[in-house]
Amino acid sequence: MAKYDYVPSPFMSNPIVKWVDHRLPIFEMVDQQLIKYPAPRNLNYWWNFGSLAGVMLVVMILSGIFLAMNYQPNTLAAFDSVERIMRDVNYGWLLRYMHMNGASMFFVVVYIHIARGMYYGSYKAPREILWWLGLLIFLAMMATAFMGYVLPWGQMSFWGATVITNLFSALPLVGKSIVTWLWGGFSVDNPTLNRFFALHYLLPFVIAGLVMLHLWALHVHGSNNPLGIDAKGPQDKIPFHPYYTVKDAFGLSVFLIVYAYFVFFNPYVLGDADNWIPANPMVTPPHIVPEWYFLPFYAILRAVPDKLGGVLLMFGAIAILFVLPWLDTSRVRSGRFRPAFRVFFWVFIVVTITLGWCGAQLPEGIPLILGQVCTVLYFAHFLVFLPLLGWFERPRPLPASIAEPVLTPAAK
Amino acid sequence: MRSFKLLLAGAALVLSLGTAQASEAPEFPRQHWSHDGFFGTFDRAALQRGYQVYKEVCSACHSMKQMRFRNLAGIGLDEAQIKALAAEFETTDGPNDDGEMFQRPSRPSDRFRSPFSNDNAARAANGGALPPDLSLIAKNRKGGQDYVYALLTGYADAPQGVTVPEGMHFNKVFPGHLIAMNQPIQPDAVTYADGTKASVEQMAKDVTTFLAFTASPHLEARNSLGVKVMLFLFVLTGLLYAAKRKIWKGLH
Amino acid sequence: MAQPATSTLTTSPGGGRQHEDGTPRRDFLYLSAAAFGATGAVLTGWAFVHSMNPSADVLALSSTEVSLAALQPGQSITVTWRGKPVFVRYRTPEEIAKAKADDKADLRDPETDQARAKKEQFLVLLGVCTHLGCVPLGQKPTDPHGEFGGWFCPCHGSHYDTSGRIRKGPAPKNLEVPAYTYLNDTTIRIG
Repeated sequence: MAKYDYVPSPFMSNPIVKWVDHRLPIFEMVDQQLIKYPAPRNLNYWWNFGSLAGVMLVVMILSGIFLAMNYQPNTLAAFDSVERIMRDVNYGWLLRYMHMNGASMFFVVVYIHIARGMYYGSYKAPREILWWLGLLIFLAMMATAFMGYVLPWGQMSFWGATVITNLFSALPLVGKSIVTWLWGGFSVDNPTLNRFFALHYLLPFVIAGLVMLHLWALHVHGSNNPLGIDAKGPQDKIPFHPYYTVKDAFGLSVFLIVYAYFVFFNPYVLGDADNWIPANPMVTPPHIVPEWYFLPFYAILRAVPDKLGGVLLMFGAIAILFVLPWLDTSRVRSGRFRPAFRVFFWVFIVVTITLGWCGAQLPEGIPLILGQVCTVLYFAHFLVFLPLLGWFERPRPLPASIAEPVLTPAAK
Repeated sequence: MRSFKLLLAGAALVLSLGTAQASEAPEFPRQHWSHDGFFGTFDRAALQRGYQVYKEVCSACHSMKQMRFRNLAGIGLDEAQIKALAAEFETTDGPNDDGEMFQRPSRPSDRFRSPFSNDNAARAANGGALPPDLSLIAKNRKGGQDYVYALLTGYADAPQGVTVPEGMHFNKVFPGHLIAMNQPIQPDAVTYADGTKASVEQMAKDVTTFLAFTASPHLEARNSLGVKVMLFLFVLTGLLYAAKRKIWKGLH
Repeated sequence: MAQPATSTLTTSPGGGRQHEDGTPRRDFLYLSAAAFGATGAVLTGWAFVHSMNPSADVLALSSTEVSLAALQPGQSITVTWRGKPVFVRYRTPEEIAKAKADDKADLRDPETDQARAKKEQFLVLLGVCTHLGCVPLGQKPTDPHGEFGGWFCPCHGSHYDTSGRIRKGPAPKNLEVPAYTYLNDTTIRIG
């Protein structure tokens, strides 16, 4: 990152600010890391999704805290307490729908954020730890979402919890003991619900901590950018405020329109109808599906006829992302200058979406075969295509600097 | 770029094939509901007729545990009407000073009275089949309110080759077509106070409207707040877009 | 290029690209955007805060009916109303006489006994000490009744008389009389 001369904002000369900063330099940190923070001048709208994810985390924590004030983590009371929130608590329906649909929105935003990182090579040196921290956030989000889905104690809550916790029974020798330990009993029951509630409340704060580390790592070398080249000097950078604060605010407002549409006008569409039926341990719904954001992984799980193999492959689908920085052998970061990579990237996106579709179908016939083909393609992307592309692909010439992209006709 | 488009087309083809293969559930038409859409509101008259159908027909077997009498304010009843209506039903209260449970007239804060004291009693009285609670039926079945309407109007003679076992009934939209519930709504099963002709379709429509209300009693509040929020966000987005343009103008 | 600053307030934000940094129009645009966003945040915040107010089911249970038919003179019952104890006492003639006599005493929170009991034999009180919210003793014959024959709060030693008025100790107010109505001679509805 180019050396950047820090010129403090005018408010930094305020005597109170100075007094505080002499003892705890919090204003200086805000000024340096948020206001004057030098960001590449060419970030496009795909770079909005990081801050959107941050906003969603705050929205989820806030709505969640207020929901928790009325929720009762007891199998006899949970479903009714959620219905009471919807029917009797002032604006309870709003809080609930914000939280319920907020989970989906959070995942949409994070998936786009991850895909942006993959397209523009944001995981490459020196940002590997930044990438890992992002993946840890993703894992924590998945755990949080899964446990949160159990709390309303509907049919899908119960059977989703049963199926997912049973994944661990695939482990040899210790599997069964682990599942019993997870449940705190011999089936998903009150102890399970109680601990899931405790952890569902805890994990978002773990995520918040990871987000801090994620930002810290980000600010060491600064944001990647659509050209994928390092900043050469001050002319390549602009202060975060007002340029990116206003751009993020505008993006947030557009995003909120989409979010509000689901919350107010279509709050049920992203969920499963079965979850409005109270949990019944004696009757499994005819068709168990996880929430949409888990479907690709669910399809990978079912693509393998072997229980342990399916579980390993499903976790492997995420684990492999951790070594992505080394599987991608190309020295060019941005997909904009990698014509062959670009094709494979979009193939990968289509493969993942197709996996998601397969995950929602009954595991037989075309969806099963398609799911298996796509599972192979998913892993091939990381294990075959990306390593080979680095060797065989001839990247286009990179521009000399961010400020002068006109020197070489930018690929689009 | 061309290869990418080809790929998308291929994926779309595969997806549509798969969808056709996977959909085997019975089809039912979408109905027009006054409470659909951005500005939807419940038809109060239909709600009140629908409550009458529920009270006189459905409630013989089906509970509605999430509903309390005071919620009937949402179908347009005033406090005195709700009080009088609640008092028609008995609620178990207690224990009294002698330690006994006792019956007393319901109050607006009481839940609707369930026809059976527990699920096992409900099964025993219904040939082993449990009549589901109706509070949320309009959103806990795939197809929602349209499914409920289609089910209520979907009774027919079994087609050739389908044997209907004792205690079961043929229904066009019920998954598997064999349903334990006999056709619940018979022509003129109720007499509407407002003189509306009580045809099967009319009663099914009315009671489905009522069930949509019990499943989403906050729907009207949601729609009206939603429209305001949307208008607000459109203006805010416009302002922020203008601000963004201004700030970035000098840069490019 | 630049328009006069006075025209800025009348043109819609987003127009007039010709302005450079620092002109009044720009400030107006930013201010209105920020004000708009802040208003939205505050209104959303209100929904969150309001969710902590009593909900519809709590409000629906905010009245309770009590039958006084079985009560004998000198007996008290305690009923629960809004999660708090309500004392109902069938006062003896002596207690009533004492309460009325004390109307003219030096009261910290002056109130006549007549104003505190709709029917003089039945005294209805919120059984919560006005000092810091403990439940005073005096409902059972064996309880201490304080120096004035009514109720005594063990937490910090407040003495209430047979009308529930504060007579001694740290409490500032008389025991509260909740809103109640007689539905018939022997039934009251509190709330």
